[in-house]
Amino acid sequence: MELKSKIPPGPLAEKWSKAKATYKLVNPANKRKYDIIVVGAGLAGASAAASLGELGYNVKCFVFHDSPRRAHSIAAQGGINAAKNYRNDGDSVYRLFYDTIKGGDYRAREANVYRLAELSVNIIDQAVAQGVPFAREYGGQLENRSFGGVQVSRTFYARGQTGQQLLLGAFQALERQIALGTVKQYNRHEMLDLVVVDGHAKGIVTRNLVTGKIEAHSADAVVLGTGGYVNVFYLSTNAKASNATAIWRAYKRGAAFANPCYTQIHPTCIPQSGDYQSKLTLMSESLRNDGRIWVPKAQKDTRPVKQIPEAERDYFLERKYPSFGNLAPRDIASRAAKEVCDEGRGVGPSGRGVFLDFADAIKRLGRSAIEERYGNLFDMYHDITAENPYETPMRIYPAPHYSMGGTWVDYNLMSTIPGCYVIGEANFSDHGANRLGASALMQGLADGYFVLPVSIGDYLAGQMGKKVAADTPAFTDAIASVQDRTSRLLSAKGSRTVDSFHRELGTIMWDYCGMARTDEGLRKARTMITELREQYWRDVKVLGTGEEPNQSLEKAGRVADFFELAELMCIDALHREESAGGHFRSEYQEEGEAKRNDDKFLYVAAWEYTGEGSEPRLNKEPLEYEEVKLATRSYK
Amino acid sequence: MNLKIHVWRQKSREAEGGFVTYSADAISPDASFLEMLDVVNERLMEKGEESIHFEHDCREGICGSCGMMINGVAHGSRGNGLATCQLHMRHFKDGDEIWIEPWRARAFPVIKDLIVDRGGLDKIIQAGGYISVNTGSAPEANMLLVPKAVQERAMDAAACIQCGACVAQCPNGAAQLFTSAKVSHLGLLPQGQPERKERVLKMVAVMEEMFGSCTLYGECEAVCPKEISIDFIGRMNRDYLAASVTTAKKEKVET
Amino acid sequence: MSAAAAIREVNSKMTWAGNFYRSAIGKKAVMAATGVILFGWIFLHMVGNLKLYMGAVHLNEYAHWLRALGAPAMPETGALWLMRIFLLVCVVFHIHAAVMLTKMNREARPVGYRDRDYLAASYASRTMRWGGVIILLFVIYHLLHLTTGQAHPNFIQDDAYSNVVTGLRVWWVAAVYIIANLALGFHLYHGLWSMFASVGWVHPKYNSWRRTFATTFAVIITAGNLSFPLAVLTGIVR
Repeated sequence: MELKSKIPPGPLAEKWSKAKATYKLVNPANKRKYDIIVVGAGLAGASAAASLGELGYNVKCFVFHDSPRRAHSIAAQGGINAAKNYRNDGDSVYRLFYDTIKGGDYRAREANVYRLAELSVNIIDQAVAQGVPFAREYGGQLENRSFGGVQVSRTFYARGQTGQQLLLGAFQALERQIALGTVKQYNRHEMLDLVVVDGHAKGIVTRNLVTGKIEAHSADAVVLGTGGYVNVFYLSTNAKASNATAIWRAYKRGAAFANPCYTQIHPTCIPQSGDYQSKLTLMSESLRNDGRIWVPKAQKDTRPVKQIPEAERDYFLERKYPSFGNLAPRDIASRAAKEVCDEGRGVGPSGRGVFLDFADAIKRLGRSAIEERYGNLFDMYHDITAENPYETPMRIYPAPHYSMGGTWVDYNLMSTIPGCYVIGEANFSDHGANRLGASALMQGLADGYFVLPVSIGDYLAGQMGKKVAADTPAFTDAIASVQDRTSRLLSAKGSRTVDSFHRELGTIMWDYCGMARTDEGLRKARTMITELREQYWRDVKVLGTGEEPNQSLEKAGRVADFFELAELMCIDALHREESAGGHFRSEYQEEGEAKRNDDKFLYVAAWEYTGEGSEPRLNKEPLEYEEVKLATRSYK
Repeated sequence: MNLKIHVWRQKSREAEGGFVTYSADAISPDASFLEMLDVVNERLMEKGEESIHFEHDCREGICGSCGMMINGVAHGSRGNGLATCQLHMRHFKDGDEIWIEPWRARAFPVIKDLIVDRGGLDKIIQAGGYISVNTGSAPEANMLLVPKAVQERAMDAAACIQCGACVAQCPNGAAQLFTSAKVSHLGLLPQGQPERKERVLKMVAVMEEMFGSCTLYGECEAVCPKEISIDFIGRMNRDYLAASVTTAKKEKVET
Repeated sequence: MSAAAAIREVNSKMTWAGNFYRSAIGKKAVMAATGVILFGWIFLHMVGNLKLYMGAVHLNEYAHWLRALGAPAMPETGALWLMRIFLLVCVVFHIHAAVMLTKMNREARPVGYRDRDYLAASYASRTMRWGGVIILLFVIYHLLHLTTGQAHPNFIQDDAYSNVVTGLRVWWVAAVYIIANLALGFHLYHGLWSMFASVGWVHPKYNSWRRTFATTFAVIITAGNLSFPLAVLTGIVR
C-alpha cells in the first residue's frame, strides 16, 4: 500500500489556499446528483452533513442515537482554541500551530496542523453567527481564557458546556438542512459495514436499532465522523455507546489505521468507587490551577487526611517538576500519579487515587473565591462521591479520555479507500502523540465545516455517473456478512455477558497498554486478548433476537471489534520502541521522562489489514518537519 | 442496600406492557441509579432473562439520553437539577420500593421498556430552531457585540439537554419549556433577530400539533436537570403574541 | 357543499385573529384577557355588595341604580344588558378555550402514570378545571337564586336585601355560597398569577409582584364574598 499524503507543495502558509485552488469543482447544478453518506453527527459529522447539504449535495446522515444532538462531543467542557489574538498577547496562527506540534510531541503532520490553526478563526466566526453563546466581556466582546498549559489566552468557552453549545450550533444547522430536504436523517441506525466496489467506497450497511432490519445504503462517497475508541479500556470518560465499529469496519475493508497506540489518559478524573462502576467522570483540568496534588509518603497510610502531618506528605508533581509543578501536561501528570499508586501510596478504598487538595488555596484566597472559581465542579464531585471537597481533599485518578490515533487520512481527509473520508477524532488527526486541551473541538469543526466540504468535491468530480445500486452483489454480500456476524453473536448462547468480557478486556488494556507499556507486558497482553477473544465468540451470552431493539446485541458487536482493535493497539505499541506523548514505553526513558527516538520513529504507523488471522502490515508515512525544529519536551 | 424495584417492561411499541418486580440486592449507595440498573441487568442476563432496556450514554448529565419516571417524578431527583444518570443510590433508603416508568406522552411512544421515541422534539427544532447562516458566510465574530447579561440569559436557555423530562412531568404533556428555551436562546441574541417572528410562529405551530398546552403548573421547571426557568415560557408567549399580531397575511406560515 | 367543506371555506377566509385563536397560546391569551375582565367584574360585584352592611335601603338603592344605569339615554336596564351580554361573551370564550385546551391536553397524555408526584404544581393550579366547573354551576344557581328568583322560595322582586338575607339564612344555601367562593378564591389565586405569563408579562424584576397581586386580590375577593353568608348566618346582617 502506498501512502500518498497529498500535501500541496509550497510554503506552509500557502498550502491550504493552494489546495483549494487546485481542487476540481462540482458544478452547482450537478451537486444534487451526488449522494453522500455521513456517519455520526458529533461536531465533525453534523457540521459536515450540514455544510454539504448547504452546498447542494444529497446527504444521508446516520446516527445510532435517537437524535443527532446526543453525540459525545456534547460532553466537552473546557473550550475551543482559536488564534484570534483578541488579547493582544502575541498569539498568531503560527503560534497555535507551533504549540500544537510541540504538544503532540512532534508526531503530527505540519501541513495539517497549520491548516487547523488557520481555520480556527473561521470556526469562531461561524459559531457566533449560529448563536453559540460564548462567554462575553462587559463590553460585549468575546471573552478568552488560558487553558491547557499554553502561554496565551486563546480559549473561547460557554460556561463549562462549550462542547454542548458548539454541537448545538452544528446540530441546528443540520436540522435546518433536514427541514430543507437536503439531508435525510437516519436516527437509531448503526453502521455495521462499509461497502467497497472496485476499490471505491460506495455505501454502508446499517442495522435499524428499532426494527433490527439490516439495510444497505449506496452513495458516491462515505464520510465517517464516528469519534474515538478509548472505550476499549471499558472504563473511560467517553460516553457508554462510543465505539470503534465504523472505523474498524473501514479498516477491515482496506482503510489503513494509523497510530492506534496513541491514546490520551487524562489526569483529573474521579476514581473508580466499585465493581459496578460504568464509566469515569472527568473533572476539568482547570482544578489544577489551585489544587495541590499529593499522597502520603508512607505506603498503605490509612490515617484520616487531617492526621497526616505536612512532613509526611509527598507533593510529587511539585517535587519532580519544580517549574511546572501541578500544571505539568496531561500525560506527565497521569504517569506520575500511576507511579505513586504502584508504589502502594495511593489513597482511597481502592488505593488507586491521589489527593487534589484545596486547603492551601482556601486558606490563601478564602472559601468564597474558590467557590466562585470551581463551585460547579465541587458540587459535581459532591454529587458523585458524597464527600465535601471544601473540607476534605478530592481524590482523583487518571482515566482514558481521547484517542489521537485513528483511520489514516491524507491531507484531503480521505482514507486509503478512495471515496471514504474520515473526520474528527475518528481519523488519526492533527494531534500527533498527545492532544492539548481545547483542541479537539477545533479539529472536529475545522474538518466538518471547512475542510471536508471543499476537499470532497475533488473526488466527486471524477465520480459522475459511477453510482452503484444498493442491490448489487457487493451490497448483498456485505449484508450477508453482517447478518452472519449478528447470528454468530446471538447463537453462541454462552455463559458470560458482554459487559463481563468488556470489563476483562479493559483491565488487560489498562494494565498493559495503558499509561506505561513494556515489551513484555504488551506481548503478554496480546496473548491474553487473543485467548479472551476466542472465548468471547464461544461463550458470550446475548439474549433476545436480532429483530427487535436489543441493547446486548448492539454492545456485543462493538465489543467484538474492540477485541481486534485492542490487539492492533498492542502491536503498534510494541513496534514503537520509543516514548512519545501518550505512548510511554518504560524501557525508553531518561531520568523518568519520555525519550523519543526521532531517527527511527519519525513516521506515522499506518496498519493495513491483511486478512483474518494474518499479521497486519505496517506502512510508514515519514513525517517531514520543514518549519519546526525537533526538540525534547521538558517540564522540569 | 437491598431494594425492590417495579419496572415497566414492554417488548415493543405495539406490545402490551406491565410492571415486573425485581429485587436489587447488595447495591452500593455510591452507585448511580443507572449503575443499579446495570447490576440488576447483569443478574437478569445471567439468569437468562432479557435486560431492562433504557436509554443512556454520557452518564454525566449532558447528553440528555437518559430519563425515566422514578417514583412518580421525572429523573427522580426531586428538584435538585439532576438527570437520572446523576442520581445516586444514597438518595434512597435500604428496603425502599421504587417504581420506574417510561416517559409518557402521546408524542413519546414507548419503543421498548423504558425507551421512548422523543423525535417530536427534533421536529420542533426543524421548524425553526436555528439561525439560517451557511458555512463560510459569517462575519468577524467581534463585529457583533452582545451585552454580557443578554449572553448569560441566552446561555441559561441554551443549556437545555432535550431529555424530555419537562414533557414527561407536565400533567398536560406540554413541550413549552423545551420550545421556549430554544426560542429564547435564539431570540435574545442579536444574531437571532431577523428570523425571530417567523421562528416562534413556526416552532409553536409544530409544537402544538404534537404536545399539550401550558397551564403553568411549574412542574417542568422543578424537574429540569438544567433548572431552566419557566419565565422563558412567558417570554415565548410574548414573542408569539407579538409575532401573531404583526405578521401580515402574505407572510403566513406554513407548517 | 358539505359541512366540512363549508367549515374549511370559512377557515380559509379567517383573519389572523382566527388563526391566533386556533393556537393554544392564542387561546391562553384570550383566557387571560377574558379572565381579567371577569376578575374586574367580580371585584366590583364584591365591593358593591358590601352595601349589604349599610342596610336594606342602601343596597336596594344600589341595585336600582344598576338597573337604571344609562337612563334616560338608554331604556331602563339597557346598560345592564349590554354589560351582561359582554360578560356572557367573555364567559363563553373563557369556557370554550378552557374546554378545547383541556381536550388537547388529555389527548397529549393518553396513558397516565401508575405513580405520580407533584413537586411544584399548587393545589390551586391543579384544581383550575374542576374549580371552573364549580364556579360555572354556582353562577347559574346564583342567577336563578338572587337575580331571577326561580331558585329562591321567598323571592321578592326589587328587594335585593331581603332576598339575600332570607336566601342565605338557609344553612345549606349558605354552604353552597361558601364552597363556591372558596373555589373561586383558588381559581383566582392561580389565574391572576398565570395570566401574566400567558400574555408574556414576565420579568425577573416584577415576578414577585405578580404573586403578591394574585394573592392579595384572591384573598380580598374571597374574604369579601365569604363574609356575606357568614354575616347572615351569624345574624350580623338580618
